[in-house]
Amino acid sequence: MTDLAWIDAALTSSRPQAVGALLRWFRDLDTAEEAFQDACLRALRNWPLKGPPRDPAAWLIMVGRNAAIDQKRKGARQEPLPDEQLISNLEDAEADAAERLDGAGYRDDVLRLLFICCHPDLPATQQIPLALRVVSGLSVSQIARAFLVGEAAMEQRITRAKARIASAGVAFETPGPIERAERLGTVAAMIYLVFNEGYSAAGARRAARAPLCDEAIRLARLLLRLFQTEPEIMGLAALMLLQHARTPARFDALGAVVLLEDQDRRLWNGRMITEGLALIDKAMRHLQPGAYQVQAAIAALHVRAARAEDTDWTQIDRLYATLERFQPSPVVTLNRAVAVSKVRGPAEALAMIEPLGERLAGYFHFFGLKGALLDQLGRPEEARVCYDRAIALAATPAEAAHIRQHLDRLSGA
Amino acid sequence: MLYAILCYDREDVTGAWSQEQEAVVMARLHAVEDKLANAGRLGPVARLLPTTAATTVRKGGDQLVIDGPFAETKEQLLGFFIIDCASLDQAIETAKELGRANGGEGAYELRPLLAYQPGTVRDLIVADSFSE
Repeated sequence: MTDLAWIDAALTSSRPQAVGALLRWFRDLDTAEEAFQDACLRALRNWPLKGPPRDPAAWLIMVGRNAAIDQKRKGARQEPLPDEQLISNLEDAEADAAERLDGAGYRDDVLRLLFICCHPDLPATQQIPLALRVVSGLSVSQIARAFLVGEAAMEQRITRAKARIASAGVAFETPGPIERAERLGTVAAMIYLVFNEGYSAAGARRAARAPLCDEAIRLARLLLRLFQTEPEIMGLAALMLLQHARTPARFDALGAVVLLEDQDRRLWNGRMITEGLALIDKAMRHLQPGAYQVQAAIAALHVRAARAEDTDWTQIDRLYATLERFQPSPVVTLNRAVAVSKVRGPAEALAMIEPLGERLAGYFHFFGLKGALLDQLGRPEEARVCYDRAIALAATPAEAAHIRQHLDRLSGA
Repeated sequence: MLYAILCYDREDVTGAWSQEQEAVVMARLHAVEDKLANAGRLGPVARLLPTTAATTVRKGGDQLVIDGPFAETKEQLLGFFIIDCASLDQAIETAKELGRANGGEGAYELRPLLAYQPGTVRDLIVADSFSE
């Protein structure tokens, strides 16, 4: 690999830790980001000549901090700090800084940085871009493309989010165990939102949003390195890996949706499956189930089936029943009904989802499934009504095209 | 003598590689492996999942099971090669060749093998096959 590629990866991977530490020092997001940016520029000048430091994050934090302090002092008192040429020679100073960083403080720095992006005052439409900008370091134009808005509009959205955070105030004291657990839960939810922004995209948006899935997985791995024993974080990482592993098989050459049971399983990403299964195995040993672990366990049963007909629907039905307890929602019940239809037949599944009609009156998948169940029960007229409704509610041409296939088959029959 | 060449690097950095970077590095490593294989010197090669997937079992006492790697270090054990080397010099040469192919930072630890069993694993299923 070229040196520049390595430096690029080192800067990217150091970013959460470095910006998190700089934020703790300066207590201001803009200052922290500028300081990090400054340090990165110096790294690009310095590292190719002198070789990279052993601990890139520690170097970036020290240099970034000095640069920002220098900046603040300019005009007041001309007293320059030693420049980074000297600093990278100070092995002791670097080791010392690295030592301090390895402590629990570093963990809370990264968690704080992630947590302020999920401030309750911020709508999800601001949380996700902010996290992608501040924590992941994606460029504004990359984020704008993913959200199909202009660069100026996205810039404004991020600036507004930062202003709201600044006025709301952020807790800089070290969080207690309960608060830390709450922060972790909020951050996990935000990461899953980032993932779903990427995963649920279809059609033209898919290419622009695909990096969001990878980024969410990277953030989950980062969180898991900091909180090695949290089964729900293992579950979250496993869930995203096992879902994302199926991405290469989810759409056909024309961009139409390929249902799980029709997917070519050879296209699934073996590396992600291996890691996902390893993580869910680890998580379940803790006997502290949670919503992410249960969903990951369901995804694991799907990927463990060599063929669609080998799927253990009985177990999936049970897991959805557990998920209904953790996360009661009509959508979860709807998903469970799919498993029920396989285990106990379409009549029972239909009885299960009929009470949901009111709450899911605007939900594409409700009418898609209801139509399919009626279809299986030999009630084509009612099925047709549901399919028509589903097409009207389809969010993407691919969804509509999929339902139209069923309608065409009904007409042909 | 057989040497284990243990690869240490920062997994957060290698985890930030783009797919293109990853492909470039792997292609270069495969080229070195091919050369070693043709010379009849290449033994098993393994690449490990990140330490987030690791579990540690303490020996003795309560045999505590711990999430994560055995040691928290800046660089992590990411994989290893078993290679037949005529001398330490040759092992060092080989590690340097791997290092040039891999680039980046980190280190290779060269450990002569005391015992070696090729193993009896059947129907080996791993995510990435090195033989391709």
